[in-house]
Parts: sequence; C-alpha cells; structure tokens
Amino acid sequence: MPTTQERAYVGASGRVPEGGRLVVDVGEKTIGIFRVQGRLYAWQNICAHQGGPVCQGKMIPRVTEVIDPGGESHGFAFDESHPHIVCPWHGFEYDIQTGVHPGRPAAQLIRVAVEESEDGIYVTV
Amino acid sequence: MGTTKTLSGTAAAREHPVQQITTRTDSREILANARRDIARYHLDDYFIVDVDAHHVEFDSWAEILDHLENPVLRHNAKAMTQDWPRARQLAFSNHPVGLTFQDVFGRIPHQAELGEDVEKTDEHRDLTLIRRAMDSLGIKMQVVFPQPMLEMGLHPEPDIVTAITFAYNRWFARTILPRERRVRTLLSLPFHDADASMKTIREFGETPGVVGFMVTSQRHTGVHRNVYMRIYRELEERGLPLAFHAGPSWGDHMTTTMNRFLSVHSMSFVTCNMTHMTNWIVNGLPERFPKLKVIWIESGLAWVPFMMQRLDHEYLMRQSDAPLLRRLPSEYIAEMYFTSQPLEVTMPRMLEATFQAVRAETQLMYSSDWPHWDFDVPARIAGLPFLSEQAKRNILGENARRVFRL
Repeated sequence: MPTTQERAYVGASGRVPEGGRLVVDVGEKTIGIFRVQGRLYAWQNICAHQGGPVCQGKMIPRVTEVIDPGGESHGFAFDESHPHIVCPWHGFEYDIQTGVHPGRPAAQLIRVAVEESEDGIYVTV
Repeated sequence: MGTTKTLSGTAAAREHPVQQITTRTDSREILANARRDIARYHLDDYFIVDVDAHHVEFDSWAEILDHLENPVLRHNAKAMTQDWPRARQLAFSNHPVGLTFQDVFGRIPHQAELGEDVEKTDEHRDLTLIRRAMDSLGIKMQVVFPQPMLEMGLHPEPDIVTAITFAYNRWFARTILPRERRVRTLLSLPFHDADASMKTIREFGETPGVVGFMVTSQRHTGVHRNVYMRIYRELEERGLPLAFHAGPSWGDHMTTTMNRFLSVHSMSFVTCNMTHMTNWIVNGLPERFPKLKVIWIESGLAWVPFMMQRLDHEYLMRQSDAPLLRRLPSEYIAEMYFTSQPLEVTMPRMLEATFQAVRAETQLMYSSDWPHWDFDVPARIAGLPFLSEQAKRNILGENARRVFRL
C-alpha cells in the first residue's frame, strides 16, 4: 500500500525560539517542534509508554545526582545540556535531542522530519 | 511489497490550541490521545467498568463537613476552615506530606489538580469531571473513591475518623450517587470501630449505587481480630464484596528509611495489602467466610505470584500455624479478585505468567485510577497480545458486572 507523506509549512523560524516549543496539527497528527542549541527537533505527540500527549508536557533539564570520588552523594543537579520533555500523563521523560528515555533506550519517540529554510520551518509527516 | 512514499503538495500546519498541559487544562484535552484508542481497539463495543477511579473530595470539603452529625465536631471543623486559610480543604483530615510528591514536582499536572473550567450549572462539578474522563476513556461505568481520605486509617483520633467517614459517605450518597447511574462506589468503613462499621453497612448497604464496602489498607491492625468477624459475616450474608484499597505511607518502620517517593510508593502501596492478605489467609478467613468476595485494589499484580509462592512454601512446613487451611494458600488467593492498575508491564513473559496465576480471565477487573499519576488507560488491557477476545471483555468489564451484579 503506498502511503502519502505530507510536507507542511509551520511558519517563520521565530515561531520556535531557542529553548522553546511549538505544537502543531497536520491532518490527524499532532507534532511537537523544539529548538535546542539552534537546531530543530520534531516528534509525534505520542508517548512510547501509553500513548500520552508527550509534546504538550513540561520541558525541564535532565536531573543528575552529584557523586564525589568517594562515592558520597551531594544531592541533585540540573544538566542544562540535556533538556527533557516530560509526558504529562505519567512522567516518562525523553531527551529532546534524541527522543530517547534516559533509563530505557527502547522507549523512543517517533521522529518527524523537520527542515528550516529562508522562508521558515517545514515538517514532513 | 515495499512501501511507496509520495510527496504531496505543501499543506499548512495549524498551531495546536493547547501548547502545554497544566492543572487548568480540560480533562478532555488531557485525555484526547485516549479517545484514539477507542477507535483503534473498538472499545465502544465493550462494556468497560473502571473499578478504581477518584474524585477530589477536598474540592467539596466544606459541603462534606456540613454532614458531620455531632454539632461540636461540626463546629470545630468549620471553625478550622474559617480561621485557618490553609485548612479550608484540609480540616480534620490526615493529609500526609508524601501525597504532594505524587505529581513528580509539576511533571504530571492532573495529579496535583483538575482545575479546569466547568460551566456553571446546577450539576455538581465533580460529576462533570467524572463524565469528561469516562467519556474520553470509553468507560461505561466507574467505581469512584475519594483520595486523601484513603489515609484515614493512620489518623491519630479514631472518633474523628468515624465522624468524617460517616459525613463523607452521607455526602457522597446524597450528592453524587443519585445524579449519575454510571457512577458506583465501595463506601469506606470506619474499620477501627466495628460497631460503626456495622452501622455503615446497615445504613448504606441497600443504597442505590453502593456496590460494596472498602477498607483503606494503610492502618495498623490485624484484619483477623475477632472484633471484625461480624463485619465479614454481614457482608457475606448480603452478598456485598469487601475491598482493600492500598495507599502510601512514608511513616512506617520500613519507609522511614527511604529518601525518594519512588521508593515509598513502590513499596508501601503493596506491603499494606500484602500484610492484610497474609493475615486473611493464615487465619483461615476464606474457610470461615467462603462466600465473601474479597477484592485487592491498587497494588498492581506483580506481588500476587510472590505471595502465592511464599505462603505456599512456608505453609507446607508450618501447617500447625494455620490449622484452618485445607488447601494451599495460593489456591485461596486464586479465588480472590484483583484490580489491574498499576499494571507492571516491563517483563511481558512474567506479566503473562502473572495473569495465569491470578486467573485473570475470571478474577481480574480493569481499573484506571484516574486522575492519579500512574493511571492506566483501557488500551493497557485491550492491547495485551496474549489475551483472548473473551478474556479482554471479561477483564475490562464482564468480571466487574458479575462481582458487583451490575
């Protein structure tokens, strides 16, 4: 069965600012577009867990724990270099740049092709 | 045949009306993706009963306190709500600090609050929220419980527990149940007080919508004590189920060693029911009340095969400690009922074996636990590859129809 891909114009580049997000509908699909360190990433709004609206969740840096050379803990810290998107249904977290759950690589978001040209942002779904 | 992809003309993407889900977002938007499951799994064709969901009784706390029977207690509680700004939704309750950890610090907003707009009508707000969730999930009938009141078994003052439990039960029976036939409940027993529990059963046992009674599992008492036997006899004779609803505690000897809510929730939501099940089996209560239907709620399922194997192993060497038993503990457990949520699914083969052990096709009942942070959608059951079509129908609703005579 042939499938038809649809290329959709999202808008000007400024619609997705650095560290920001834009959730759009293209036909029956909902897509989250994110910008991290200048680069765009787009994912379908379906969590790998129970299908929740992951792209509409909270954006927050990955949480790490500070361990000294002696193995002692010194509490939590944010890793600003790894922003996460958190599914609001159950809290599954994904690295926005890879779409992968940090504790279970098999839990992945569905990538959407996104491109940026002089007239703005396009996604292909 | 390979898949051919063609590129059509350029279309326009539309900005989605809700960019981020918050505590103010409409339940129907939060659960929009669940509505897709209804079409995918043809859930409209199923009679889905959700045996464990919650409304937020603190939103109606002033109304509930009005139902306190004792005028002094009613005055005391209302005075708290009037003079202590932060007590308006808490007075006389036993709201523990751990419950505010459940939303993972803003990551799961619906756990913290369903603060969405509701049209101002004569309808109770909670009913509107319940219907929005049921319709979004494809649920035909829902057994609804309160939330923080599940901690009342740890409240320090028994007389207040009895008074508040009666007030809540009367409020729910008068305000919510008569307005919606799709809503049912297992009313909470003031279990520390056997006389008050008997009074509860006799007052509400024939109330339309009350399909049985519930013990909040976080409490420090042995369910085998003689004082409770008349409660079990009364329920058995009435043909009404007794459910044990699990809850968390960060205050017992084991969980006080823990530094993360993940740890507390993983353990205490299960160990409370493990404790009561152990006392129930070892003291031969299934032999004493063979027709009493017992339901274990919100501990998931993975603990059940452990309990079956562990109790069988110990029983065979210490039969004299449990002289009332005439069969293996696992055989009694397999005749009990369980709700499905939170379904542990990371090891599919063990999940399938667990379903076999608990005889899921006849003993398991779907539950969502909406709006809690670890809720399960009906697709959790509908999508299991090892279940037959009939098993899915039974677990999603037909078992509940039989147990509760719906």
